Amino acid sequence: MILGILSLQPLTWPTVATALALGGVYALMAVGIGLVFGVLRLVNFAYGQLIMAGGYALAYGSLWNFATWQSILLCFGVVLVLTVLMDRLVFRPLRTSSPTVMLVATFAVAFLLQNIALLKFGPLSKNVGSLAQLNAPWDIFGVQIKEIAVLAVVTALGCLFILQLLLTRTPLGLHMRAAAMDFRTARLLGVRANRVIGAAVIISGLLAATSAVFLSVQENSISSTFGLQDTIIVLAGVVVGGMNRPIPATLGGFSIGFATGILGGVLPADKTQYLTSFIFAAVIVVLLVRPNGLFTRGGGAVERV
Amino acid sequence: MTGLEVENLSVRYGAVEAVRGLSLEVRPGQIVGLIGPNGAGKSSTLHAIMGSAPITGGDVRLDGTSIVGRRPEEVARRGVALVPEGRRIFGELTVDENLRLGLAGRSARTNGDGLARAHELFPILREFRSRQAGVLSGGQQQQLAIGRALAADPEILLLDEPSLGLAPKIVDIVFEALTQIRDAGLAVLLVEQRAQRTVALADVSHVLANGELRLTLGSKDAADTERLVAAYLA
Ligand SMILES: Nc1ncnc2c1ncn2[C@@H]1O[C@H](COP(=O)(O)OP(=O)(O)OP(=O)(O)O)[C@@H](O)[C@H]1O
Ligand SMILES: [Mg+2]
Repeated sequence: MILGILSLQPLTWPTVATALALGGVYALMAVGIGLVFGVLRLVNFAYGQLIMAGGYALAYGSLWNFATWQSILLCFGVVLVLTVLMDRLVFRPLRTSSPTVMLVATFAVAFLLQNIALLKFGPLSKNVGSLAQLNAPWDIFGVQIKEIAVLAVVTALGCLFILQLLLTRTPLGLHMRAAAMDFRTARLLGVRANRVIGAAVIISGLLAATSAVFLSVQENSISSTFGLQDTIIVLAGVVVGGMNRPIPATLGGFSIGFATGILGGVLPADKTQYLTSFIFAAVIVVLLVRPNGLFTRGGGAVERV
Repeated sequence: MTGLEVENLSVRYGAVEAVRGLSLEVRPGQIVGLIGPNGAGKSSTLHAIMGSAPITGGDVRLDGTSIVGRRPEEVARRGVALVPEGRRIFGELTVDENLRLGLAGRSARTNGDGLARAHELFPILREFRSRQAGVLSGGQQQQLAIGRALAADPEILLLDEPSLGLAPKIVDIVFEALTQIRDAGLAVLLVEQRAQRTVALADVSHVLANGELRLTLGSKDAADTERLVAAYLA
């Protein structure tokens, strides 16, 4: 059997905790990508580079001996500024272009930012210094669980809860949902396009910065490709979950993060380089079986004439 | 308040001239009908007023102020509400959420209670408030679309073929509601294909063909369908 050949490691509680944490972070990234897709119909491939920028901010914060909270603040500032610039300089001017043009544009932005990072910060990776202390284990009922894993799960749940409240309980949230369904009609009713897009972009930036903090602590080594693979995996998760609905996209992001975490824990050390291959093989299988996404109901409500 | 004035309006999509030099006025407390065959330019006229179709000439004034070049959301927030062709209900949202979307057009302009008026005019919207809008019948969805427009407490109400695909009994409900809306002092511009009923209801009706105004009729002309037909064919 294939499992015998792989000689899997036993599944342990710390692995499950790490997987839950990765699932939580990927869920946040999925929401960040999904919100912008909802209102702009744009898949932002440069999302990973926002996270990379956040990672560098944390690394430089530690280099400059910033306190942890100052580093985190710097990370949020850098990511938000970059997000808003991306929106103003690229997304909005191209808003009425074809989806292909927008897609190619976000690819271009992604490579541009990655290369700027390479030129500016060099090929050697940097670490996030004092933040790495969050990897210290906590003793929870006799099980050693990394502090960062607990923080990630709690933060992800908190963010998703607040976001759910925003989307379902406030006028802005209602406008955002309507814009994602039918932007033209929403505008005809008085929904302000700029406000809705601005809100989606800002929230997506906040989620990117949050994800950057957790991924930086987990990986503790920031290079120009930081966040790239995570973003590709999350995009796969979003597609698997169902792209155009927030909850399926979130579940997709969580599932693929959880699966990645579990596989990372049970694969023997010399096989972990196959991890992404396994994940993408699973993605292909899911898409073959459920082309509309794993978590979408068939059809949905049909509009009557 | 002088209502809505459209003067010499032209709309063009690339090579297609959808509206050519159309002029009309809708005063508060008045229903103006706009009828004509498929492709006559009726929807284009309404969308041009809303700022969501390309205007190539002429003017649109709201209470004397030009609104040409305004974005649709601005026009809506200045008090013009559209009930779009095909209703455009948000099927995945509840009835109440659809109605509250209409509040987006309210801005600080008014403190009237549009939601209450919508509920009063169409009681089913209160009864089915937490139901998913997509499962409503066509007639109920049309009532929701009109209620949603009224939620903004508009001065001007534009309706694009509200009777399309509805059973005669439901058409009666919709047209009766339009009378009440007029009596409440709104200016109503009603695009329809049901020519005779529209002419009977409206204070004046314009016949549009090929983007041009062909004929203007008063409600006393309702029985005189032959002249309408002649205008269509001209
Ligand atoms: N977005 C568009 N792009 C290009 N041409 C358009 C567009 N919308 C409408 N047209 C064209 O403009 C003309 C007028 O269309 P419009 O929809 O205004 O007519 P209408 O009177 O509302 O017709 P119907 O009764 O079928 O709704 C038609 O020739 C139509 O094909
Ligand atoms: Mg039309």
